Amino acid sequence: MIALAGASAMAAPAFATDLSITCRCVEGGANSQMAEWIKQSVIPGFEKMKSESGEDVTVTLKEFAGQDEQLTQQQALDFSTGAGADVNGFDGFLIPSFVEAGLLKPLDELAGPAVNEWEGWDHISDGSKQLMSFDGKVYGIALGTDVRMIFIRKDLFEQAGIDADSWQPTSWDDLLDAARKIKEAVPDSSPLQINAGVSMGEATTMQGYYMLVLGADSGLKDENGKWIVSSPGILDTLNFYKTVYLDEELGDRRAQLLGDGRNRTFANFRDGKTAMLVEGDWFYRAVTAPGSEFELKDRDNLMTWKKMPAREPGAGFSGQDFVTISGGTGFVLNPNTDAPEEAWDLLAYMNSKEQLEAFQTYQARIRLRDDVGIPDSPFLSETSQELLPLTTARPNDADYNKVSAEVQRMTEAVVSGEMSPEEAMEQYKAAVTEIVGAENTVSLQ
Amino acid sequence: MKKFTLLSNRTGSLFMAPAAALVGAFVIAPFFWIIFVSFTNRTLLGKTAVNPEFVGLDNYIALFDPSNFFTRGQFGFSLILTIQFVLFSAIIGQAVLGLLLAWLMQAVPKPVKSLTETAVIGAWILPEVVIGFAWFAFLDYDNGTMNEILTSLGLPRGDWLLDYPFWVIVFFNTWRGAAFSMMLFNSAFSSIPPSYFQAADVAGASSWQKFRDIALPLVRGHVVTDLILITMWTFNVFTPYLLTKGGPSYRTEVLSIYTYRIAFRDFEFGKGAAVGVVIMFINLAFALIYLRVARKKAAGEAQ
Repeated sequence: MIALAGASAMAAPAFATDLSITCRCVEGGANSQMAEWIKQSVIPGFEKMKSESGEDVTVTLKEFAGQDEQLTQQQALDFSTGAGADVNGFDGFLIPSFVEAGLLKPLDELAGPAVNEWEGWDHISDGSKQLMSFDGKVYGIALGTDVRMIFIRKDLFEQAGIDADSWQPTSWDDLLDAARKIKEAVPDSSPLQINAGVSMGEATTMQGYYMLVLGADSGLKDENGKWIVSSPGILDTLNFYKTVYLDEELGDRRAQLLGDGRNRTFANFRDGKTAMLVEGDWFYRAVTAPGSEFELKDRDNLMTWKKMPAREPGAGFSGQDFVTISGGTGFVLNPNTDAPEEAWDLLAYMNSKEQLEAFQTYQARIRLRDDVGIPDSPFLSETSQELLPLTTARPNDADYNKVSAEVQRMTEAVVSGEMSPEEAMEQYKAAVTEIVGAENTVSLQ
Repeated sequence: MKKFTLLSNRTGSLFMAPAAALVGAFVIAPFFWIIFVSFTNRTLLGKTAVNPEFVGLDNYIALFDPSNFFTRGQFGFSLILTIQFVLFSAIIGQAVLGLLLAWLMQAVPKPVKSLTETAVIGAWILPEVVIGFAWFAFLDYDNGTMNEILTSLGLPRGDWLLDYPFWVIVFFNTWRGAAFSMMLFNSAFSSIPPSYFQAADVAGASSWQKFRDIALPLVRGHVVTDLILITMWTFNVFTPYLLTKGGPSYRTEVLSIYTYRIAFRDFEFGKGAAVGVVIMFINLAFALIYLRVARKKAAGEAQ
C-alpha cells in the first residue's frame, strides 16, 4: 500500500513538464520585442495548445541581459555540464565549434521522427536551413537572416552641406571625404563608426572587419578553403581603420576600446554624434525601434541607409562594387534537455506560421518561412532587394570562432595604436597559423 | 610527558574522515586534475574538446616563448604587469598608506579615529561588484563624478580608464586594500607600551623620530607579515576586471584576468590550466616564505 502510494507520487510529476527558453532578450532592454513576443504570444499559446491535448506544460523565459559573448560563454559551460534552458537563442556561426565539441545534437537525433515530419520544413529553403546546420545535419531553426549596411544621420549630413538622400558612396575615399566634411562642420562629432576591437566580440568581425576586407577583394578564406593570413586586402583594411581612428580621428576610438563600447556606438548615433554607422539591419528593426533602449525619435526623418562600397568600384569580393555579409540567429535545443520531444514541440511551435506572423507585429523582418508574409515596410523590402543579391556568409568551420577572435585582436592592436598595420597582420598570421595549421593557410601578394 | 587525548586515535580519525573526503574531492583531486589537463590541448569548443591530445610541455613552452613574451595580451606581459601592480598597489600603496593611517590614528581624537576607520574598513568590506561599478561611474569620461569635480574647478577632464588604466587599478587596489594594513599596524602600535613614547616625549623627540626609532623597529615582524599577505592577495586579485575588463588593449590584464580570458573566454582549458599551475607555484613560493617568517617570529617570541 505504502509502496503503491510512493510509486504514484513519483510518477505524478511525469505528467507535468517544465520547459525554459533563454535568449539575449529583456523586456524594455536588449531585443525587447523578442522577449515580449515569447512572453505574450509564444508561451500562452503553447501552454494552451498543450493543455487542450491533455498535457500540463509550463514554459518560462529566462531573460539574459548580458552581451552576446557572455551568453555564448554561459551556454558552452551549461551544455557541457548538463545545465541550461531547454530552448536556446543561438548564433549560427557557433554551431560547428559546438558540434565538434559534442555540445549540440542534431534535432532529429535528439527529438525523434517528429522533427522530420514537421510541416514547416516545406516552407524553408535548403539555403536557409544551412544557417543552423553543419555537415548536412540540422541543429536548430533560424528566425531569419540579416544584412549589413551604413546607417546615416541625415541631420549631420545636412549640416555639412551633403544631401543624404542622393549621396551614395562608391569608394572608401567617398566615406572618408564625407566624414571629413562633417567633422569640419560639427567638430565634436565622430562621423564614421566601423567596429573594431576585442570588447565588441563578433560585432567587430561581422560589422567591421568583414565589411572592409570584402571590399578589398578578400574574405577570411580563399576559394580553395584556405585561411588568408596576409594579403594586400588585409593591409588596406587595417590602414583604413588607422586613418579613421588614429590619423584623422573621424570615429570615436573610445567606443571601440572600452568594455561597454557597443552600446556607446548605439548611444552616439542616437545622440547625433555619429553620422555613419556600419551595422546590421536589426539596428533599424530592434535597436532604434520605438520602445527600445536606443530609440531614435522621428527615426524615419532622421535616418536612412546606404550600401557599403568596395575600396573602389569593382574592387570588392568577386568584382563587386558594393558588399555585405549575412549571418543567421535562431534557436537550438539543449542536448541535455529532460524533455526533448516537448522542447522540439516548443521550437516547432515558435516557428509555426501563426507564431511567426504574430512576431511580425512585434518586430517586422524577412522570415525564413515562405508562407509568412513580409510586412509593408519600405526599409525591409529595399534592403532585401538591394543587399541580398550581394551577400555572402561566414565560413561554416569549427575554427571560425577562434580565427574571429584573432581578427578582433588584430583590429584592436591597430586602433589602440599598439601596433602598425604590418605588425598587426604579422601577429594575426602567426596566431591563425597556430590555430588551423600552416597547410591550411595562404598568403596573398 | 603523556599527551592529553579526548578521543582514541581511531575514533578521532573517524570523525576526521568526512572532512578529509571533502578536501580530497574538492581540493586535492582538482589540483592533480589541473596539472594533468595542463599537459593536453583540451578545449571546451571544437574538436579538441572531445578528443584532447597529450602535448607534453607545449603549453608551458608557449607561455615562455621569447618571441612574444613581451607582447601585450601574452603571458609574459601579464606577468610583468602583475609584478608592477603588486609593487605599486600592494607594497607601496596599501602597506605605506596603511602604516601612515595607523600612525596618524594614534594621535587623533577618538571620533576622528573611528570615523576614519569606518571609511577605510568600508572600502574593504563592501561587495566587489558594488564598488567596481561605483568606481566605474566615478571615473567615467562623460558623466563621471571625478570629471565633474575637475570641470567645476576649471581643470581639464581626464579620460582615466582609457589613458591611465594601469594607474586606475593601482589606485583602486590601494584604496580597497589599505584597511587590512591599517588594522594590522594599528594593533601592532597599540601593543607598544605607552611609557616608551612618554620617555621619548620627555627627551623632546619629534613624531618622525618616535616613528623611526621606536615604533618601526618594534613592529618589524608585523611589517613582514603584512607585506607577504597583501602581496599574495594582490597577486591573485580579480576585481580590476570589473573596472577595465583587462583592457583597453590588454593594458590592465593582470595574471588572474589573463587566466580567465584563456580558460573561460577562449575556452582553452589546456593552456589555461598551464597558467594556473605556474600561478600556483608562485603562490606556493610566497606561502613558503610566509611560513618561514612566521616560524622564525614564533621562535623569537618564545625565547
